[in-house]
Amino acid sequence: MLQIPCPWCGPRDEVEFRYGGQAHVAYPEDPAALSDDDWGAFLFFRDNPKGPWRERWVHVAGCRRWFNAVRDTATHRLITTYRLDEPPPELP
Amino acid sequence: MTGRRVEVGGAGVDRARPIGFRFDDVDREGLAGDTLASALLAAGVDVVASSPILGRPRGIVSAGSEEPSAFVELTEPWFDPIVAATTVELVEGLAARGRPGVGRLPTSPPPERRARHVHRHVETVVVGGGTAGLEAAEAAAARGDRVLVAQDRPWWGPAIPDPEAQARAARLAVADDVTALASTVALGVYDDGYVVLLERGGDGRDRVWHVRAARVVLATGATERPIAFADCDRPGVMLAGAVRVYLERFAVLAGQRAVVFTTNDGAYPLADRIREAGGEVVAIVDVRDDGSGNAPPVSGIEVLRGWAVAAVEGETRVRAVHLVGPGGRRERVEADLVAVSGGWMPSLGLYRAIGGGLRPDERLAAFVPDGSGPPWLEVVGAAAGEGLPASAPFWYTPAEDLTRHVVDLQRDQTVADVLAAVEAGLRSVEHVKRRTYIGTALDQGRTSGHLVAEIVNAALGDPLGAQGPTTARPPTAPAPFTALAGVDRGELLDPVRTTPIHRWHVANGATFEDVGQWKRPRAYPRPGEDLEAAVLRECRAVREAAGVLDASTLGKIEVVGPDAGAFLDRMYTNRMSTLPVGRIRYGLMLGLDGMVVDDGVAMRLAEDRFLVTTTTGGAAAVLDRFEEWLQTEWPHLRVYCTSVTEQWAVVAIGGPLAREVVRAMGTDVDLDASSFPFMTWREGTVAEVPARLCRVSFTGELSYELHVDGRHGAHVWEAAIAAGEPYGLTPYGTEAMHVLRAEKGYIIVGQDTDGTVTPDDLGMGWIVRTDGSDFLGRRSLERPDARRPDRRHLVGLVPVDRSTLVAEGAQLVARGDADGLGGRPAPEPVPMLGHVTSSYRSAVLGHPFALAMLRAGRSRHGEVVDAVAHGRSVPCEVVPPIFWDPEDARRDG
Repeated sequence: MLQIPCPWCGPRDEVEFRYGGQAHVAYPEDPAALSDDDWGAFLFFRDNPKGPWRERWVHVAGCRRWFNAVRDTATHRLITTYRLDEPPPELP
Repeated sequence: MTGRRVEVGGAGVDRARPIGFRFDDVDREGLAGDTLASALLAAGVDVVASSPILGRPRGIVSAGSEEPSAFVELTEPWFDPIVAATTVELVEGLAARGRPGVGRLPTSPPPERRARHVHRHVETVVVGGGTAGLEAAEAAAARGDRVLVAQDRPWWGPAIPDPEAQARAARLAVADDVTALASTVALGVYDDGYVVLLERGGDGRDRVWHVRAARVVLATGATERPIAFADCDRPGVMLAGAVRVYLERFAVLAGQRAVVFTTNDGAYPLADRIREAGGEVVAIVDVRDDGSGNAPPVSGIEVLRGWAVAAVEGETRVRAVHLVGPGGRRERVEADLVAVSGGWMPSLGLYRAIGGGLRPDERLAAFVPDGSGPPWLEVVGAAAGEGLPASAPFWYTPAEDLTRHVVDLQRDQTVADVLAAVEAGLRSVEHVKRRTYIGTALDQGRTSGHLVAEIVNAALGDPLGAQGPTTARPPTAPAPFTALAGVDRGELLDPVRTTPIHRWHVANGATFEDVGQWKRPRAYPRPGEDLEAAVLRECRAVREAAGVLDASTLGKIEVVGPDAGAFLDRMYTNRMSTLPVGRIRYGLMLGLDGMVVDDGVAMRLAEDRFLVTTTTGGAAAVLDRFEEWLQTEWPHLRVYCTSVTEQWAVVAIGGPLAREVVRAMGTDVDLDASSFPFMTWREGTVAEVPARLCRVSFTGELSYELHVDGRHGAHVWEAAIAAGEPYGLTPYGTEAMHVLRAEKGYIIVGQDTDGTVTPDDLGMGWIVRTDGSDFLGRRSLERPDARRPDRRHLVGLVPVDRSTLVAEGAQLVARGDADGLGGRPAPEPVPMLGHVTSSYRSAVLGHPFALAMLRAGRSRHGEVVDAVAHGRSVPCEVVPPIFWDPEDARRDG
């Protein structure tokens, strides 16, 4: 079980959180303007890298706030977390 | 009977304190400090159990949790279906019997161990209370760390008692900020220093420790490896280190005439110990003939270098040992004990399970940590390979016939079985494991795993250590479910949510249905009534007079802020921002994929305030969804969401006489349909308490939902029951509610929908706005697949015989595809056209009816399809999904 540093509450057990998939996938400005393929890509396709990537978490059993994290998918090590209004950190 | 208690040794037992126990229905006596295994050895019990597959006799092999052989069932003083005798502390009155590798459930509830869970934060966890573990714990404590040190055995220090370690343990026991747990096994080490340990109290109480540590030190020691030879599974063949532990710790000599069979120097001192204790050592058989090793000669004991044990004689106990030497020379010696040491391997199950890697160590002929793994993890002592004797790489004694060279005693698998797997083309030890099941039994191959890997390496012509043992996963020791469950069982398994009216329901004979964590009244059967009769009576009352439903479990969310309307517009398919204050609107919520995920109504309480209701089960998910979109996509919207489900009790009164009932309860609200129309709400008092009255209906009848402060819920309910009595007001439950809404064609999200259903599939295209503005899921409704004319549509079904109740979940097939009248489905697979989602008997229709999702269903009205379930088919006519009052003539009363 990971220990996740919530940007608002500090380090807490993973069971207090829920996972939210890849971060920085914005809802399209005008979905109606997208082709079926582009909408399908937004809806169903996400990156799946081996190594560090940015992902979303929500502290559902704590402050209930969403935030972002950098986690290494190869080692399952959570490298850092940051607030939604903070710029995404460089990947190591 | 060859084992016995001796006069020397025995630092771990109290000779003055005999302990009575029963094994296989025979009363025995051991000593305080014994394990069940040491007590059995002392009592001369050779055969403890039998092997699971071949039924061969099984004795005691080891002195620890790596035991692959002696498994027992405990019946007193508590129950354990199966456990290694080597790990059971002897207590007065203990009763056990041997089990062939598989546990069984008792026929009556057994005496159970109790368990609770404990949570701790420390700087350092040390797993292992041997020499290295105690040292590490003391060093950490000296640094000022909070320390938790755990030892899987009941004693501290090495198994062979060591005064220095005892003294260290005694200091730790009284040190500040040190928690020292004996009889405590680490089940797993997980991410970021999370360690789960199981403490098995001698008083029958277990504690599961959840510890978060900044640093984890593994001092898990080393395990001795066996060597395979013919019939090496016979009682009397034991690990050499275990023989020594039984002697020095428990004062038990495991046999009277011993052969020591070794690949290393570590087993040599055992020979002296055996003789000191009054036993005989026939020979030390050392496979090494290359001059390696520095073991001091043991005076008067023959050392056969370059020899090996080829086989043993004896069924239930070793009687003689066959040796094979250089040039194929053979010898037979009388002996009742073979003490085997195939070398020592670091115990790294926990280390490997958290991602630590291994490297082969040629000197040890074993695997040691390669330095990888998480930065907070450290391996020390024998687990890191320190202080272990150099060993020759020797896995089994070569022979023509390897079919009795047992490798895995719990799976009755031999060297021949491993070689057959390689012969069959398997190249990975993982595959060999899955073919032979080696390493999958209770002992998880703790002693056999490495042997198998090296046998495979050799068979493939690969170098030593090319493949290591199979993947290790937690839990690394067996843990009873009773311990893992702790107090979370029975009534405490899951929180139970009840409404403020719950006590009335209980007192008035309600049967209950679990909806999520809620208890909802299913029906209120009267004496002599079964569920079906009660439901029909309740339905009839609502249609003909009035009924009252506890709808308090309805999810309720207040959505507040200047942008509340704009926000709800994006969440629902229809427009909420245009809803005037005082009005109510039904709304449908879609996933981004365009599929229905929830429904409910929105009431506009003020310009900047809505109350949104959700399905009972969907409340938490809907609130989460609101929060997610507000925080991650639209943080500029000034909106707050608050769950108010439990703040409001909801008493729903419906039926042609509903208005009379509410009026009789006493209200200052004008109930007339012209001033208080459908889909509006009014504030006022009912039964002398403040209330919000809502004209919504889930039955099709005239209905008033009375929303009151939760504290007034029971009062208002009882006021309704009293005032409604002259009008035949009948309390009804969820079952009648389901029937009534289905008669009206109202869906239940999650019952009539399954995540693949669009609004149009439900015939609810009218609720999807087409003004071009976006809402969640809108774009997906324009995908070609969402517009196929042959999608499954919601339809009604009426059985052609107008009497058979079709099964919910029944598949729908075309007529002629199933031999309907004969009652048998066609023998060949036929195209599935859909399935039944809801099916009920009806009080008012005069026949059963169903809702179903049917391919191109709206173009099939009037056709007959077969509903197939449970091996029979029922012909049903397809009809529109509204059976009752399609003109909506009844909702105003």
